[in-house]
Amino acid sequence: MDKPLNNRAWLLVLPVLLLVAFSAVIPLMTVVNYSVQDTFGNNQFFWNGLDWFREVLGSDRIRAALGRQILFSAIILAIEIPLGIFVALNMPKRGFWASLCLVLMALPLLIPWNVVGTIWQVFGRVDIGLLGRALAAMGFDYNYVNDPVDAWVTIIVMDVWHWTSLVALLCYAGLQSIPDAYYQAARIDQASRWSVFRYIELPKMSGVLLIAVLLRFMDSFMIYTEPFVLTGGGPGNATTFLSIDLVKTAIGQFDLGPAAAFSLIYFLVILLISWVFYTVMTAQKETL
Amino acid sequence: MAGITLDDLAHSYLPTPRSQADYALKPMTMTWRDGGAYALLGSSGCGKTTLLNIISGLLTPSRGRVLFGDRDVTRLPTADRNIAQVFQFPVVYDTMTVRQNLAFPLRNRGVPAAQIAARVDAIARMIGMETQLDRRARGLTADAKQKISLGRGMVRQDVNAILFDEPLTVIDPHMKWELRTQLKALHREFGHTMIYVTHDQTEALTFADEVVVMSEGRVVQAGTPQSLFDRPEHTFVGYFIGSPGMNLLPARIDGAQAIVAGTSVPLDGLYAPAQGQIGIRPDAVRLAEGGPGLPFHAARIEDVGRHRIVRGQVAGQPFNVTVPEGGTIPAAPDRVILDPARVGVFVDDWRVEPQGRAA
Repeated sequence: MDKPLNNRAWLLVLPVLLLVAFSAVIPLMTVVNYSVQDTFGNNQFFWNGLDWFREVLGSDRIRAALGRQILFSAIILAIEIPLGIFVALNMPKRGFWASLCLVLMALPLLIPWNVVGTIWQVFGRVDIGLLGRALAAMGFDYNYVNDPVDAWVTIIVMDVWHWTSLVALLCYAGLQSIPDAYYQAARIDQASRWSVFRYIELPKMSGVLLIAVLLRFMDSFMIYTEPFVLTGGGPGNATTFLSIDLVKTAIGQFDLGPAAAFSLIYFLVILLISWVFYTVMTAQKETL
Repeated sequence: MAGITLDDLAHSYLPTPRSQADYALKPMTMTWRDGGAYALLGSSGCGKTTLLNIISGLLTPSRGRVLFGDRDVTRLPTADRNIAQVFQFPVVYDTMTVRQNLAFPLRNRGVPAAQIAARVDAIARMIGMETQLDRRARGLTADAKQKISLGRGMVRQDVNAILFDEPLTVIDPHMKWELRTQLKALHREFGHTMIYVTHDQTEALTFADEVVVMSEGRVVQAGTPQSLFDRPEHTFVGYFIGSPGMNLLPARIDGAQAIVAGTSVPLDGLYAPAQGQIGIRPDAVRLAEGGPGLPFHAARIEDVGRHRIVRGQVAGQPFNVTVPEGGTIPAAPDRVILDPARVGVFVDDWRVEPQGRAA
């Protein structure tokens, strides 16, 4: 079929282009601008080439933060995705209890992030916190302020508490869309519970699961507020993740140039890993 | 394999049914012979699927028992009943190939691999998908998927029964005919008890040895296609079976005659006086111009190939007459003459038998 070709049709995308320009591209360009310049104050800037990028890429401090960040996201995904699926599979399908579960599951998602941090900050304190006191009473030497492992465990438990709901709700929606006939056919075919999961539920959930993995990866990779409130990146630098380090550089030390270069690299890393996830998982979907 | 007995079976989707109307399936007792080919026929929402799901164990009846042979299976889960069922809409395991789909019920029962391979090949040939065996089921057309569903239903040889729930709805007409023939052949070959749910009378009458007609949750008649046609037990059967269906006219029954809107129609027996209906198949009626018979208002003539249908009204009720090929239609038909031997008498919608021969 012949389609009429009219280049003036490009004008139709102009509004979107303008919107995206003002909401994303232009602000991003100011960061690009900072990343290639240096300043000694007085709003005077000098061309600095790619030096900031070299400095950031060579920085041991930032490399260590990147390592911590990757480890953190890996642990988060390894816990929250299977747990979310498990919770979704065990939620009631309909009726009063289904509604109740949905509301309870949604609650952690509605709490502002710094409040989540504060809740756990207080909850985990050894002197007044319920969790801290209880663990101490049971004989555990738990202290998230002094002990790096305790700090990590607390942050991970906090994130699992905060975000597993999202994975569970997405999976639940995926499960709800499976027609009853599939389960009936599986019963007729005498399929085991595992087969039902493997051949019916998992394939039908794969779409939402991809979204869940991407969202959880991006969010956990950019995590800032909760660990900042809970540990402030400590003890030492033990829980200083990339965004905490970035804020220290940009606002704490006011190193605008390195911070801008850091931001851009950070952005590219997230983009790259998200793309890899997407590509691998969509390819997987074909063969699953 | 075993016969299936339904003993005082009833089902309601409500937890505490109060009246008859609350029951999707009214109490019924019946036996399905081992190896029989049955059709469950009825309009949508009459309880056919409910009955089927109770037999396969997807639903637990609110009342009564289901027996396979002598074994009570009412509380037995589906998997333990060893039964196959094909649903109205295709259900395939998307991520498996066609071959894996067909092999799935056998693999779940731990059948040896060699036997599975042989059986899958046989079924694939039957549904005409040998060339697509290694394709992934995702992305196949709806009727290919339904053929896989049918194949999965028939792949096990030791099932107690195979249940079909309007399985050919999504299949295109040409394939429909072919698959139905295949099902018949399969039935002759292996002698499984088959229950075929449909609302299409052609499908039911061509597939089954015995047709069970359901209406509003009740079995109104079970019998051979011929007996349903000749001697419907209920006006619903008369109306539902046959195309066009039986003509039904309100009448006052009195001895050897029925009075329809003031005109007497002779009957083939003596009936107790009652207010009811008479029913006559469109092919047992002769058209006439003037003279005796019931006044008829012809509306139009349809030529459907093998015969012509004259549609019109008698006593304000729709009334059809079929005229065989080569038969003549009077120029202005205004009377219909009913063959007394084939007039059925119905009181409260159920057939009544004559009490004696007409004098």
